[in-house]
Amino acid sequence: MAEIRVHELHKAFTDFTAVKSSSFAVRNGEFFCLLGPSGCGKTTTLRMIAGLELPTSGQIFLGDEDVSFKRASARDIAFVFQMFALYPHMNVRRNIAFPLVSQGMARDEIGRQVEQAARTLRITHLLDKPVSQLSSGDRQRVALGRAIVRQPLAFLMDEPLGALDAEFREVMCHELRALHDRLQATTVYVTHDQMEAMAMADVIAIMNEGVIEQLGAPLEVYERPASVFVADFIGAPSMNFLPFEAGLASGDDAILIGPARIAVPPLREDLSPRALLCGVRPEHVRFDDASGLRAEVLATEYLGTRTVVTLATAQGTTVRAKVDVDIPVARGDHVGLAFDAAKISLFDAASGRALRSARDETPLRAGRRARHG
Amino acid sequence: MAELRLSGVVKRFGGVTAVDGVGLDIPSGEFFVLLGPSGAGKTTTLRLVAGLERPDAGRVSIGGRDVTALAPALRDVAFVFQQYSLYPHLSVFDNLAFPLRSPLRPSPETEVRRKVEEVARMLRIHDKLQNPATRLSGGQMQRVAIGRALVRSPALYLMDEPLSSLDAKLRNDLRLELKRIQQDLGATMLYVTHDQIEAMTLATRIGVLDAGRLVQVGTPQQIYENPGSAHVASRLGSPRINLVARGLFPQLDGPERAVTVGIRAEHLRLHRRPAASGPGMAHRGASVRRIERLSDLHLVHVGLDDSGQELIVSAPANESFEPNDAVQVELLRPLWFDAEGQRIHA
Repeated sequence: MAEIRVHELHKAFTDFTAVKSSSFAVRNGEFFCLLGPSGCGKTTTLRMIAGLELPTSGQIFLGDEDVSFKRASARDIAFVFQMFALYPHMNVRRNIAFPLVSQGMARDEIGRQVEQAARTLRITHLLDKPVSQLSSGDRQRVALGRAIVRQPLAFLMDEPLGALDAEFREVMCHELRALHDRLQATTVYVTHDQMEAMAMADVIAIMNEGVIEQLGAPLEVYERPASVFVADFIGAPSMNFLPFEAGLASGDDAILIGPARIAVPPLREDLSPRALLCGVRPEHVRFDDASGLRAEVLATEYLGTRTVVTLATAQGTTVRAKVDVDIPVARGDHVGLAFDAAKISLFDAASGRALRSARDETPLRAGRRARHG
Repeated sequence: MAELRLSGVVKRFGGVTAVDGVGLDIPSGEFFVLLGPSGAGKTTTLRLVAGLERPDAGRVSIGGRDVTALAPALRDVAFVFQQYSLYPHLSVFDNLAFPLRSPLRPSPETEVRRKVEEVARMLRIHDKLQNPATRLSGGQMQRVAIGRALVRSPALYLMDEPLSSLDAKLRNDLRLELKRIQQDLGATMLYVTHDQIEAMTLATRIGVLDAGRLVQVGTPQQIYENPGSAHVASRLGSPRINLVARGLFPQLDGPERAVTVGIRAEHLRLHRRPAASGPGMAHRGASVRRIERLSDLHLVHVGLDDSGQELIVSAPANESFEPNDAVQVELLRPLWFDAEGQRIHA
């Protein structure tokens, strides 16, 4: 296994720039997610690491080796594509063995490696089945088997779960992460699904229009988004953004939205008067009759453990609140809204940049999960 | 708007029974969601109601009228498919107007204009009416497809996973709009999906389909809190309900026939130290394996001592656990299932 380092990577196509000077490092054994909407440059970045595209400029290191302009076959990595590029006329065993056969490995060694990969993926019972008889989940396990059997330096995965049913995707997320914990292989995983990234990654790089907007652990990008784009992209339902205008000074710890005074984390910068956004996640919104921030309930969505309530504020902003199912609200009700002050993010409306505040100083829980074990 | 009734509907394709004796009463104005995995018979059921398939047995009636033998065009239903199929050479306006200009049901042009504009406003695409249909984003195209169903006032709307081709964000937004529009119109809706969140949030009632059979019908809350079988219990709720062998909890009082116990992640509590066992409680030693820190709550994966069994526990975000912490697991609301996976009410 190895570290991957990407330095000032740039990719321009004739009519647009897909990746703009990206730099990041994936540590040995890390599960690294490139996350963003379609067209953000995440797949192009992955394809350059794989050697399927050549960069316009910049460098890629696999371990200590500069592989920037090496052919894909000369890089010791395994690529898992979106779904099932399996050979339909071969059984599971021969599909998994294929990369080793092409390397010219000895037959009994191949047999041993295939058995071991199958045990890791818990698909030993499927080895002699034709792939056409497999469920979609088992096919994906076989596709993974073909990647891990080579024991490459790193795995690159391009939306491998994209074609699965939502509920099955959740199961596969747990499996993939458990597999990663067993193999501890450096992995770069591309997805547009923030849930997948949040559930699996050690580090997430959120990309937008060819640029990495933020790089951090899931909890960090969730609790301290660096921009409106990141705040909006991570979390479902998304963060609420309430517009207001103000000039603020370092140390200020409240803002005015309409008639309501809203407590916020103390600011750490001075701002001339301008358009700003108050960002608050749905689970940090409460109903409070004493609050001057009034809103009307537009809809309620029952989710088993929680209810998502959609409201329109008196200022005309749509706000979503995630509340306990036993809180009685119905369409048409008028309520007051209160926010969990410590969790509020403030943004400059024009640039989208998050304002510096005490939010950035609260300790995040260390070590989202034990990295090796 | 009208009610829909299916009785004893069967549809076979060769040797496969796709729909196996489905009976269903959907009152006027209800948003009914058929939920099931691919291959459960959802889409076939929808196509039988639309008249795109003929049943091998059973009857379909809409608004009290038996339509079993009626051609699709005469059933007065509007169908929205998974893949939006717009006329690429027509503008958004003409796409929306198309059903109203149908030779079967022609309307005067002033009426067409009024109706199209009303629906376009409802779906927030009124500023796009003159655009060619191909110059729209995916979400806008799907809104036009839904709009084409809404311009008519059919007895019944049929929707086959209309949101599944959209990205997550847009899906959330359109889901809410669809619910609002359905409520405003008082429309009767039969909606098919494999996405449990859509089912929970949209439905007045959900029907869970499994292998062509309707296995449970109820409000989202009834089905979530009172599943009739282990299969239904595992279809609703994220994370998925923990289903474990009853034998792993020998000290827990349960019905004799129970083979499996189901506990939702939110009905498990983690305690740091051995806590005193009260009546109806069951504590079991376990150790924390890993933690998924999702937004407002944390999913803690624990492994039970002396067995490889893993449970997923949802813990409030302010309780911090770390891998390898030794804990006690408390079961609050166990659900019991027999050897066939059927619920046993304790």
